[in-house]
Amino acid sequence: MKLDSEFLKKLSIKSAHAGLVKGDFTAVELAEAYLVEIEKKNPELNAYLEVFADVKEQAEGVDKKIAEARKAGQEGLLDILIGLPMAIKDNILIKGRQCSSASKMLEDYVSTYDATVIEKLKERGVVFLGRTNMDEFAMGGSTENSAFGVTKNPHDLTRVSGGSSGGSASAVGGNLCLVALGSDTGGSIRQPSAFCGTVGLKPTYGTVSRYGVMAMASSLDQIGPIAKTVEDAEIIYDAIRGWDKYDATSYGLPKISKTENNPSTSSGQEKGIRIGVPESFLNQGGIDEVVLKNFRETLQKLEKAGCEVKTIEMPNLHYSLASYYITVFSEVSANMARFDGVRYGASVEGQNLLADYMKTRGEKLGREVRRRIMLGTYVLSAGYYDAYYNKAAQVRELIRRDYAKAFENVDVVATPVAPSPAFEIGKNTSDPLQMYLEDIFTVPINMAGVPGMSVPTGFTSPSATAPNGLPLALQIVAPWRRDDILFELGKIIELCQM
Amino acid sequence: MLDRKDIDNLANLARIALSEEEKTKLQKDMESILGYVSELQKAPTPTDSEAERQKPEGYYLKNVMREDGDSFEPGLNTETILSQAPKRKDNFFVTKKILGDSIS
Repeated sequence: MKLDSEFLKKLSIKSAHAGLVKGDFTAVELAEAYLVEIEKKNPELNAYLEVFADVKEQAEGVDKKIAEARKAGQEGLLDILIGLPMAIKDNILIKGRQCSSASKMLEDYVSTYDATVIEKLKERGVVFLGRTNMDEFAMGGSTENSAFGVTKNPHDLTRVSGGSSGGSASAVGGNLCLVALGSDTGGSIRQPSAFCGTVGLKPTYGTVSRYGVMAMASSLDQIGPIAKTVEDAEIIYDAIRGWDKYDATSYGLPKISKTENNPSTSSGQEKGIRIGVPESFLNQGGIDEVVLKNFRETLQKLEKAGCEVKTIEMPNLHYSLASYYITVFSEVSANMARFDGVRYGASVEGQNLLADYMKTRGEKLGREVRRRIMLGTYVLSAGYYDAYYNKAAQVRELIRRDYAKAFENVDVVATPVAPSPAFEIGKNTSDPLQMYLEDIFTVPINMAGVPGMSVPTGFTSPSATAPNGLPLALQIVAPWRRDDILFELGKIIELCQM
Repeated sequence: MLDRKDIDNLANLARIALSEEEKTKLQKDMESILGYVSELQKAPTPTDSEAERQKPEGYYLKNVMREDGDSFEPGLNTETILSQAPKRKDNFFVTKKILGDSIS
């Protein structure tokens, strides 16, 4: 069997698993097929910051287990994730490996423990291909804030991959790995997924433990999968979720059964999924025409597929971006205080201890990180705390209630993921506010804590730099702890594309 | 809204050494960003938020406590923790002295 680019493009978790179990190919062959793609494309894409030197050894270990299972006649019992080649965002710790958050501050940092999600994936036999590029400490929406260069879009090398999990999305979209992990504070999984044509899930806040992921804004951060299909994303989500004693925000309740707690939600043919569209919010987004047209067409297809689409009012959504950024600046300035040049990470010498701090942070933290710390220091200062931070916290409650109210009448809220398809590299770098405005549709989901997913819905017309067009996507949002509805609707959206 | 002295003061509080050029750019950026987020002042204020948060569906705002169980055996993690220190001496992080010199 020839494991070439075309083969990898069509590969899913289930088909990869079937191939490994049947012996069509070995885990080493599969991993090496990806290494070939990486060698070919990564110098241009810059999706990976590091490809691990021991990929082959990891895969050999898997092949040994598969051989043993086969010998015992138990290959049918092999874990579905065994031998799966996966990429990990550079802010998730894997013990003994470098982890930099794409920052000069942690350029030489070696993880001293495994993140909980990594521990879970290791137990399942996943093969880790490498660590992927991102905006420094996950602050940004284009990977242009990486200290190690931008990650390019696999569909158009003149455009960004999105961010902050741009490396993971570019790696999945460019077939440099089968699936990847990202983190999402205000859209960092969903927006790069939309830009790179992948499925990206931001699970309900608290579903997945963040132990071992570098904190950006802790009341918003969540880890999730980036995959080629909704089914793949669901498999990874099921593998990484669950309560963890090391993350007090995590919980481990079983999935809520559809029939028991939410009888209104469709469970098949009888009643279609009810999709709400916050029209007045869309009008404020400055949406690109091509995005809006695709959005309408996708909704029409879903109506034909039996879903019900209706207009809903969510009057406080347009305050999301302002309250989100105040919250982020505040939490960033607190979370980044840990970098002191003393305990771990980079250190720059000054005249005295204070100068050590100032120089270390001034020279080793990037421009956007420094900007957010400054803004956080400002909005948290004594005279402004009530006007900014407290007000943002109150408005956050209003946003949460907008969702609670919407979900009394609909099962899903739908919007575009971003106002435009992937933008040109360098377009927003000189204007930070313009860059922030790109997040308008993704941040309300994090503020409310609800789950959201980006699902591919087609392409723009081809151009000279994008021979197949640029990916377009729909964002679907479900009630708290109802990530299952996203998978259900996501699969319907995929069928509508065929 | 923000003057140069404010920027200097914030940089000191945040413990970040900034170049003069960056301070100028930052002053401009911060003004436009703060101008934008200030639109929040127009948002309504919920009056019953505390009561609302006590409801079970206000899930994300409750304290999670645990028993303060057995502590680690002394020294168990010392080597791991110190392995990433820029400077160490025996089982200590090395920093400059803070007594005797003026640090501000």
